[in-house]
Amino acid sequence: MKPSGTSRLPDILRAHEREILDEWIALQLDSLSTRRDLISESELLRQSRDFLSAFAEAAATGGLDRPSGPGWATVRELLDRLSEARALQGFSPAETATFVFSLKQPLFTTLRRTIPDAAALAEEAWRVTLVLDALGLHTTETYQRRRDEIIARQQQEMLELSTPVVTLWDGILALPLIGTLDSARTQVVMESLLQRIVATGSRIAILDITGVPMVDTLVAQHLLKTVAAARLMGADCIISGIRPQIAQTIVHLGVDLNSVTTKATLADAFRVALQRSGLAVTRGAAAPAPGSAGA
Amino acid sequence: MERIPILKMGACLLVSIQVDMHDRLALQLQDDLTTRIADTGARGVLIDISSLEVVDSFIGRMLANIAAMSRVLDAETVVVGMQPAVAITLVELGLPLTGVRTALDVEGGMELLSASFAAPGLEDGGGLL
Repeated sequence: MKPSGTSRLPDILRAHEREILDEWIALQLDSLSTRRDLISESELLRQSRDFLSAFAEAAATGGLDRPSGPGWATVRELLDRLSEARALQGFSPAETATFVFSLKQPLFTTLRRTIPDAAALAEEAWRVTLVLDALGLHTTETYQRRRDEIIARQQQEMLELSTPVVTLWDGILALPLIGTLDSARTQVVMESLLQRIVATGSRIAILDITGVPMVDTLVAQHLLKTVAAARLMGADCIISGIRPQIAQTIVHLGVDLNSVTTKATLADAFRVALQRSGLAVTRGAAAPAPGSAGA
Repeated sequence: MERIPILKMGACLLVSIQVDMHDRLALQLQDDLTTRIADTGARGVLIDISSLEVVDSFIGRMLANIAAMSRVLDAETVVVGMQPAVAITLVELGLPLTGVRTALDVEGGMELLSASFAAPGLEDGGGLL
């Protein structure tokens, strides 16, 4: 159903803006009573005033039947900013959308007071409902998008955080893997390892899986892929940190790790790596403890 | 027609792939290289692919084939300087080039070759050159 004729809403809004705003804010403060910790009263007041004046402006010029049109761009931008801020502040989507929907009550009250004719009142109410519903949905959508962005960014950060490549010695790299290895992480692990191999000219890489909670055929396959790729670049891989349970699982699953050197601990793997590089660690004369010298 | 140059350095043949490999070029290289190994009696082949940025399954297989053929002709093959992206692609394609020896750069590859020349059991057991 499309309302016909011109709307009296812009005039009513202009004439009664002050009352509507007061009633609206009282209503919001009432419903927000439990969320006072997240937003200050003055900020709420500012947001409401900005929104209401932009709304009145858009209602007068933008055409009430096209809330997605260019006339409402200012209102939408305002709502974008508002719901982004509220997503960060920790409001729920319903609480964010209620900001727009709660305007209905004071608007309807004002309409009822100023329009005596029942048919005209119903029509105006319908117009207002349509516009506010569209704006409310827009708010929820923006909120959702913002939340998705936050989640995606956190996932990316997790990925990057969880794959550090450390240099143990000249030409020896170690990659302590922590957490479950899935395809996406293997890809990141492989890329960062290979890039570090090129950058440091390392001949030996140690994959330490102490922090990998579970190894199944898929994880083993991912590991072997990483080993194969490193070998293609000319670096040998040693897998270390294999716990007894994991050794049992690997054998029970029939995973073939014969092509790779495996060691129980990172220290063992490091010893092998030193040996292969022709290096040895010897115990020298104990250095004097700091502070005790020259007593 | 363009060819990939094959340089002779003592007992080694040095192939540096500096252009994008296409299928005919790879076949041509396979022909040229086997002929050169047979002619010169080279004992080592070093293939530098550090400028190679794109590989497909065909080129991957060609690399494995060239290495296998050289081995049949009694020349050790080392592939050096593979880019990370190329290594990942080959592994994902299921071509881990298992019979091929690899090294990080030409220097490392030469070390590998001279070490295998110096291995006992080879008649003149001398150095690389």
